[in-house]
Amino acid sequence: MSTQRIEPGAVIDGYTLEERIHQGSMATLWRVSAPGQPPLVMKMPLLREGDDPTAMVGFEVEQMIMPTLQGPHVPLFIGSGDFSAHPYIVMELIRGNSLRARLERTPLDTDEVARIGGQIATALHSLHRQHVIHLDLKPSNVMFRDTGEAVLIDFGFSRHDRLPDLLAEQFRLPMGTAPYISPEQVLRIRNDPRSDIFALGAVLYHLVTGERAFGFPTSITGLRKRLYRDPVPPRARNPSCPAWLQEIILRCLEPDPRARYQSAAQVLLALRNPGQVPLTERAKKLRQDGAVTVTRRWMRTLGAQGEAWQSTAVQIARSPVVVVALDLLAGSEALLTSIRTTSERVLSMHPGARLACVSVLKTSRLALDVTVDEKGRNLRVMRLLELKDWARPLGLAEGRLTYHVLEGPDPSSVLVDFVRENRVDHVVIGARGASPLRRYLGSVSAHVVAESPCTVTVVKVPQAEDEEEEEAAAPSRLPPGTDLR
Amino acid sequence: MRLALLSDLHANLEALEAVLEHGAKQGAEQLAFLGDLVGYGADPGPVVERVQAAVAAGALALKGNHDEAATRGAPSSMRADAARAVAWTREHLTEEQLAFLAGLPLTIQRGERLFVHASASDPAQWLYVLSAVDAGRSLRSVSAREIFCGHTHTPALYHLAADGSVSAFRPVPGTPIKLSVFRRWLVIPGSVGQPRDGNPAACYAMFDDVADVLVFHRVPYDAERAARKIRAAGLPGDLGARLELGG
Repeated sequence: MSTQRIEPGAVIDGYTLEERIHQGSMATLWRVSAPGQPPLVMKMPLLREGDDPTAMVGFEVEQMIMPTLQGPHVPLFIGSGDFSAHPYIVMELIRGNSLRARLERTPLDTDEVARIGGQIATALHSLHRQHVIHLDLKPSNVMFRDTGEAVLIDFGFSRHDRLPDLLAEQFRLPMGTAPYISPEQVLRIRNDPRSDIFALGAVLYHLVTGERAFGFPTSITGLRKRLYRDPVPPRARNPSCPAWLQEIILRCLEPDPRARYQSAAQVLLALRNPGQVPLTERAKKLRQDGAVTVTRRWMRTLGAQGEAWQSTAVQIARSPVVVVALDLLAGSEALLTSIRTTSERVLSMHPGARLACVSVLKTSRLALDVTVDEKGRNLRVMRLLELKDWARPLGLAEGRLTYHVLEGPDPSSVLVDFVRENRVDHVVIGARGASPLRRYLGSVSAHVVAESPCTVTVVKVPQAEDEEEEEAAAPSRLPPGTDLR
Repeated sequence: MRLALLSDLHANLEALEAVLEHGAKQGAEQLAFLGDLVGYGADPGPVVERVQAAVAAGALALKGNHDEAATRGAPSSMRADAARAVAWTREHLTEEQLAFLAGLPLTIQRGERLFVHASASDPAQWLYVLSAVDAGRSLRSVSAREIFCGHTHTPALYHLAADGSVSAFRPVPGTPIKLSVFRRWLVIPGSVGQPRDGNPAACYAMFDDVADVLVFHRVPYDAERAARKIRAAGLPGDLGARLELGG
């Protein structure tokens, strides 16, 4: 390495250093420019004698993981250098303040907490789908784009489940940031994406109460407390925190990862549908658990070791969000039964799946919408009752089911938007018959298959053999006046 | 430059051809054969012929313990089925091909990279690198930043950190891995001609020596045909079954 000075105006591999924007304990950040490029950030690890040895390894980890990441929820990777003046990574500059700036205004109101939580959950799910667990989620590592997406930064402690973990063997102490690190990270387990769900819970707790759920412990003993000691319930610190939000936060903060939400998409679904969050004892709590419960939990953590190996990909695949789209008025009883059978099959393959039952009320584009039928009943409420009636035979626990009545002039786009926004993994939808007209002009299910960014199962009612033959004999039977252009 | 790393071909022509085709599609610009071109398989002649042609075109090729045995006769320590295959192999190679094998080097150094068949700690002893401890021994015996070797028939990646700790990683096929220049690496691409990790697909790896990016690959090939040839040649039948099972 050369002894080139690091100062404004210096040029490293064609990047001109403009301004030092951050000096941390692990790295220095410079705003840099390059011809024809938007403003960029150059991150340089601190490599002097006596610097934190994790700084170097953290840099290696980022250099390995960042080029593999895509999408709006991470800074775009531009390039990296090993031997020039100093090792560095260059990435897109994300403007504005991190979420940390908002901690000064805490407690935030419920709507804002839920909105920020949804933004972070969306970003986390995108990261997890790319095989990466962040493992250092905290307010200062969350930025926002002008378009609203949360951007996660700093992957120095992250783990990619298809790449070597450079940190696992080398360091004997838990890695992460004390207030947010999960119990399993305290036990030095680095391969559970649900660790990020815990950190998300700790962030939401901070936003809604203005205080840290577990303080800022500085010893291993202090860190280990979160394995058995539950935090003061958010509602005890901020009475305006609704029960459903406390339920979500405390569920994210469960010491056992199996008791948390199983994917970030499931947290997102809960935050977006407060009315559908099943309220348990967690929601009602106004004080911490008693000495007996805590002692029992503490006994169980003695000598606690990590769980068996698992990967981010496996965990996500095990915990899908499945949407079943139901057209209750037009669907025949046989089709609705077929859809239920298929849904049962999908759910039996994924015991960790959440099922969202969705129905779309078609509204007219021009006329005022009629939301009350001839008998004066609210159509949304009616539809909701029908959805619940359809789902009852599935016998699913309340926490695994949600119901959604959506509205819009074009049912297929309303459905596809819902699928995109909620990071749905699998859609089950019925195909209504196979009339030749439908074959030529397309159907709702065909649009959903074409436009959804996930797997779609199209359910049909099994046809009797003679029906098939009859249809095959008259394939071009079209209603008069059908325009085929 | 993109360098395709092929080890332990073991006279399996079907596997070699499948890997070469895959490598060409992945943009391989140079080939490196990490030893054990022959032994076990039914096509020693055609396999050596292809390697010779590749070397004439600039490929690197190393000697493995089976290549040495084919030229010198099986050592007394060799397993019975391997020793029988060695004797058969000698009979099916020309003098010129045997001379080519005898002339292969034990190691090749290219800048900061070292190519060797077994552990670099004592290349002529054919020591296996089966654990992080073995990998540490191999890495500490030389100064090369990266070692590429074979012999174990199982794809693996080891890395030695600045503090001296060594970690093992089981590669995921098709995933590019940036090899940090701030640590040292030992790369085992696995076996082309006789995989032993329960997956019969042929193994190799591609290394971009400018970007320091490594990708492990698995290539399905007609293992049944290779196994049939082994049986038809009168070689031990287990050697054929092993190809079909990948172990």
